[in-house]
Amino acid sequence: MVDFRMPSLGADMEAGTLVEWLVKPGAEVKRGDVIAVVETQKGAIEIEVFETGRVEEILVPLDAKVPVGTPLARIRVAGEAAVPPPAPVPTAAPTPAPAAPAPVIMAPQIAPTSPAIPSRGRRASPAARRLAQERGLDLSAIAGSGPEGAIVYADVERGAAKRPPGGAEKKRAVGLDLDAMRAAIAAAMARSKREIPHYYLEHQVDVGACESWLAQTNADRPPDNRLLFGALALKAVATAVRRFPAFNGFYREGKYEPVPDVHVGVAIAIRGGGLAAPAVHDADKLSVDELMAKLRDLVQRMRGGRIRSSEIADATVTVSSLGERGVEALYGVIYPPQVALVGFGKPVQRPWVIDGAIGPRPIVTITLAGDHRASDGHAGALFLAEIGKLLQEPDKL
Amino acid sequence: MTMAEIEGVLREELSNIAPEMDLAALDPAADLREALDIDSMDFLNFVTAIHHRLGVEVPELDYPKLLTFAGATRYLEAKLGQRKG
Repeated sequence: MVDFRMPSLGADMEAGTLVEWLVKPGAEVKRGDVIAVVETQKGAIEIEVFETGRVEEILVPLDAKVPVGTPLARIRVAGEAAVPPPAPVPTAAPTPAPAAPAPVIMAPQIAPTSPAIPSRGRRASPAARRLAQERGLDLSAIAGSGPEGAIVYADVERGAAKRPPGGAEKKRAVGLDLDAMRAAIAAAMARSKREIPHYYLEHQVDVGACESWLAQTNADRPPDNRLLFGALALKAVATAVRRFPAFNGFYREGKYEPVPDVHVGVAIAIRGGGLAAPAVHDADKLSVDELMAKLRDLVQRMRGGRIRSSEIADATVTVSSLGERGVEALYGVIYPPQVALVGFGKPVQRPWVIDGAIGPRPIVTITLAGDHRASDGHAGALFLAEIGKLLQEPDKL
Repeated sequence: MTMAEIEGVLREELSNIAPEMDLAALDPAADLREALDIDSMDFLNFVTAIHHRLGVEVPELDYPKLLTFAGATRYLEAKLGQRKG
């Protein structure tokens, strides 16, 4: 039997409020399932379970605020001797939605009533409910293709696509407390500037090859499948960091530890002010298309105020991109306990020398904020140069 | 589809992207990216929504024509008109 505890979602978090249980006692859960939603300074966060087994007991009621580490539920791990079985448990295996842009984990059982959810009585994944809510769709009007007819993300997407034009005007509910988020940013960044001896490097890179490749690739694609430069940048950083482990890991308790997994935090600006950097897991192993789908999904969920616990807690390196507007370079502040942040400025047309002739080229300034406790400028320069090199051959990313 | 209906769809999709902005006060000739603070991801979502709602697949090369509210309305009216005729 193991305890499912209130997780720590960052060095600055002390407590969280349990706002939603997605399982009941007796439910079968597997590692990675979202089983609860916790309200924190960073907004509502979906909490995943780390064990596969059965929920024996729920220990913390809704709306209770408890410190980090408090047991929230007890899980009987698969293989442990079972207690007399409770009522029959639905065994619908959690399945990823078939056509969703990113896999959506279905909670095996959905709490029947939940505040702020308009449509009751239909089985639907949390992601599907949220999407329906965001788009003002009635779940009862959507056919489910998931287990036992449950509505999954892709069903709602299809429903949204079919919605006749001129539907009711609605505003998206933003589930983020921007003041609390500001306080969280302040705490993390103050700690970073207090503890991390930053050094900075910059590198100007011709992204002409990326732009032509994107134009060519996107020409035959519907908008749903189009790519942005951000996906290439993410892939280049994730690939480069594998060769330069001094930039991928955590500085904790007086020493730096590189980690084998590459979870790239993506800085996402929140409308109205605010910033979060949820992680794209195993970014080095994903294709550019998969990364783009992840990015779209993350941005949408982040701005909708819902992200998952593992996404907020475990980025191993961060990428911050200014996009197409703004200025040419950004010098980041490292998010502790990480040790590096790669910044991308907006692309600008600049005179550039190629083969002895001057011509206009799109140039992006890429910067590195490095932690001097974990690496030196020499390694940082090689890392940044490697990112620039990778962006010269976007078709190989 | 009438001009007013197209405008209704555009307004709705823009308000999904920038819910806190007052679209009634939007200058139809203003650059949407500046006026509504939308980035390339937002713009791609806007184009995706237009595709889903109106069935018009806007190629990247035509993006500049959709950078203002008035421009987007004209562009879509022409596209939807063509399809009918």
